[in-house]
Amino acid sequence: MTQIISCELAVIGAGLTGMAASMFAANRGIKTVQVGVTGEIIFASGFLDILGIHPISEKKPWLDPWAGMRKLIQDCPDHPYSRLTPEEIQSALEEYLAFVKDFGVPHYWEKTHNIEMITPQGTLKLTGCVPQTMKNAILALRKKPPGLFVDIKGLKGFSSHQIVDNLKETWPDIRSASIAFPDSTHLGEIYPEYMARSLEAGISRKKLAAIILPHVQNAKVVGIPAIMGIHRSLEVQADMESLIGARIFEIPTLPPSVPGLRLKEMFEEALPAKGIQQFLQQRVTSVLPELDNCFLLNIAGGNAQEQKIRCKGILLAAGRFFGKGLTADRKRIRESLFDLPVFQPVSRSNWYRMDFLDPKGHPIHQAGLEIDDNFRPVSASGIPVFSNLFAAGSILAHQDWIRQKCGSGLAIATAYGAVSSYVKLGF
Amino acid sequence: MQIHKTQALIIGGGATGTGIARDLALRGVACILVERRDINAGASGSNHGLLHSGARYVLNDAMTSMECREENLLLKALAPHCVEDTGGMFVAIEGDDASYIADFPNLCARCGIPVEAIDPKAAKELEPELSNRVIAAYLTPDASVDPFKLSLENISHARKLGATLLCHHRVLGFEMEKRRICRVRLIHTESGEEVFIEADQVINASGAWAAEIAALAGISIPMVYSKGSLLVTSDRITQRVINRLHPPGDGDILAPGGTVSLLGTTSVQIDAPDHAHPSIPEIDRIVDQASLMIPILEFARYIRAYSGVRPLMGSHTEEGGRSQSRGFAVLDHEKDGLVNFVTIAGGKLTTYRLMAEKGADLVCQRLGVSSPCLTRTQPLPDSPECRWSEPGLSPKLWFRAHDVGDILLCECEMVPKSAVEGVISVIQEQNMKPDLKSISLRSRIGKGPCQGAFCSLRVSTYLHDRDARYSDRNLTCISDFLRERWKGLRPVLWGGQLMQAELQEALQCGLLNLELHAKELTRNDPNYFL
Repeated sequence: MTQIISCELAVIGAGLTGMAASMFAANRGIKTVQVGVTGEIIFASGFLDILGIHPISEKKPWLDPWAGMRKLIQDCPDHPYSRLTPEEIQSALEEYLAFVKDFGVPHYWEKTHNIEMITPQGTLKLTGCVPQTMKNAILALRKKPPGLFVDIKGLKGFSSHQIVDNLKETWPDIRSASIAFPDSTHLGEIYPEYMARSLEAGISRKKLAAIILPHVQNAKVVGIPAIMGIHRSLEVQADMESLIGARIFEIPTLPPSVPGLRLKEMFEEALPAKGIQQFLQQRVTSVLPELDNCFLLNIAGGNAQEQKIRCKGILLAAGRFFGKGLTADRKRIRESLFDLPVFQPVSRSNWYRMDFLDPKGHPIHQAGLEIDDNFRPVSASGIPVFSNLFAAGSILAHQDWIRQKCGSGLAIATAYGAVSSYVKLGF
Repeated sequence: MQIHKTQALIIGGGATGTGIARDLALRGVACILVERRDINAGASGSNHGLLHSGARYVLNDAMTSMECREENLLLKALAPHCVEDTGGMFVAIEGDDASYIADFPNLCARCGIPVEAIDPKAAKELEPELSNRVIAAYLTPDASVDPFKLSLENISHARKLGATLLCHHRVLGFEMEKRRICRVRLIHTESGEEVFIEADQVINASGAWAAEIAALAGISIPMVYSKGSLLVTSDRITQRVINRLHPPGDGDILAPGGTVSLLGTTSVQIDAPDHAHPSIPEIDRIVDQASLMIPILEFARYIRAYSGVRPLMGSHTEEGGRSQSRGFAVLDHEKDGLVNFVTIAGGKLTTYRLMAEKGADLVCQRLGVSSPCLTRTQPLPDSPECRWSEPGLSPKLWFRAHDVGDILLCECEMVPKSAVEGVISVIQEQNMKPDLKSISLRSRIGKGPCQGAFCSLRVSTYLHDRDARYSDRNLTCISDFLRERWKGLRPVLWGGQLMQAELQEALQCGLLNLELHAKELTRNDPNYFL
């Protein structure tokens, strides 16, 4: 006989939205169970976008994300951000940043200003907030001291020469170096995770520093791929800095990358410590609404046996297509678990534009769940489908997180909004 | 100003053009092949890769059937490395025309095509994915041919025999004097430089663009443009080429293409050969039709779609060109007042060699060259430089043995650095700039399920690392490459491939801001949609 776990809130999804929602719930003392597959969070680059571009058709960048947000809310009253005030969104981000800092992944932001960062291709991108390990890049990009960029033989898609060639027009005093990671000659290809774990040991850091040192010369800052440890990245970085005598900043690698992995491992440790019961690498297979306004969830997956969860409310944070929160066949887009109404273009011919890079963006990204002011998915007539079902994150309609550069901000803010509504409505 | 002189100028780098280059080179004729884009950029690179037995055309086009039958045998014997002798199967399902089924073996016999009737149960044992509603089945000698490898081998052999290949050279016009084309004016589209070629004979083998090229010489060729669209599955569904046993229609052929299957086609008349792309209604029609024959096709994952334009000789018809002959024509333009100009158009991939032979015969006769055609007897060499387009070869070699440092740049299709290096040296030897498009054409890069989302970045980084001259500062090559892939990706975006597309956009646009760097498309861009 399967045991039934009882809780107040069940968070479905283990991407950034699900993790943030569980965190907000834990901070509010809500007895919470979280279920989902943590595949997606390791695709995070580390950049925490709040809002970079609006309107996307004009490719208009915003140095002040809050000014951009006020314009966005004015122009797009259905955008999920419009369900909150900029002040609420800001306090959601502050609560999130305080939490990740407490659990060892501190971030850096300038609150009123987006910051310019270096991508793995050596182009620049505006983002809201970055891991502390990338902070030195911001100052360096502003002051442009003598700099060195390092890449690692066998790490694909990351070339210090390419980065330098792309940056040197505006930052002339930079050089590149390609080095071999210590004790890796037996490996052809080398993965960021392997290097990050290896650098948690002091001996590896000494060896790596000895290899980098001859290239440092007059450089005051050194940009390297994001491999500065998984758990104690600031210590790893500080030790490396003292060994090579220059400031270091990390640059994200192509996903899956270490900054994403840090978040994943941190949440998997921190949330249970805060009392969240997690069933990761498992999926909800069915949901049954019960007579007393509760839901009964069946979960399965991995090697675990089937499990049932009874909860007073559900927060759906299952993501879009890649996260499997939405599925599409040739005819239409569905919400995977409840078959909730999905706002969507009239037919598949209207999902995507003819040009992949069309500045107007693809209409399919506007598809998703429409919600009321309390983040509850609604029917076509605007009535909540269930009084105690909430949704947050990229599954929501009327946003284009990729093109608007608002993915993490949207995840955190809507998770905050949904949890706040759950509290406010008092289940 | 560059002026080249040669005996024969061939316009068009598809199967026919490269075939003619080899044929002429084997007869000792000096030739230059010019191609507007790159090898197989037209219909030669966007078809089923089907080596027809001829059985498909037995009802309406016995001539084409017989030509196919003969060329099928020749290619199997002379170019076995380009052919997978899969065998073919024609199947009828409940509701199909009983009289067509009954006549089929006789029609085939009339064309000399050996077919063998098997009972539906046996058919299902050979091809388990067939529908339970199959009522008749015949085994035929159809096979699969790699059209890229075929053209690359032809041009490679021709070049070894002294021919010159000029890709990215577009014909701008002909200078004519005394009933002759005395000079051809071209532009090298990569440098913008003008190039002139003086040739004794000019051969128009530009496929769907043959009428446009002929028009530059003031000659009108009646031609119908029939767009055919196809889908690529992520896995191989059948061992054999499966044809529906009925008069040719939409979505009735599933051909193996190495590790995948190719499903098609449609036949839609269009006004001009440029900018042809698969439409969503076409793709739906193909999948709906083909699922009747092979039900799993309704649920299969498709990694991309593409369209080719069949250059059919003749004038406009009402039903999309299905009944138009698949035959080819050698047009001697002496009757149009130009004694050194010839157009070879129409035909099938299967009959490319015969088309080349007939065209080369006329050219040689005019040049006074008496050497006979050798392509009927001389095997097509198997050159190492052309091997990387072969599906499955790269992983096989990589697993067998590789240097520790030989990392995989394309993980879906397992293309290592060494293979990319090999391809780059061939491209450079052909006087071209190695970029994502030219490397992808000659290898499996970007052809797997990720459709270039990741390998485009890895390859462009790799290219930059090995030689900064090939840097992609504004991500232009990546944008072009992904836009080109997108034409084929867009119509198959549902299910698994849609998830892939979302990941690709999150990476390319979300993280790298590709859409903010990319130039907006203009009408002249090959990726522009009308």
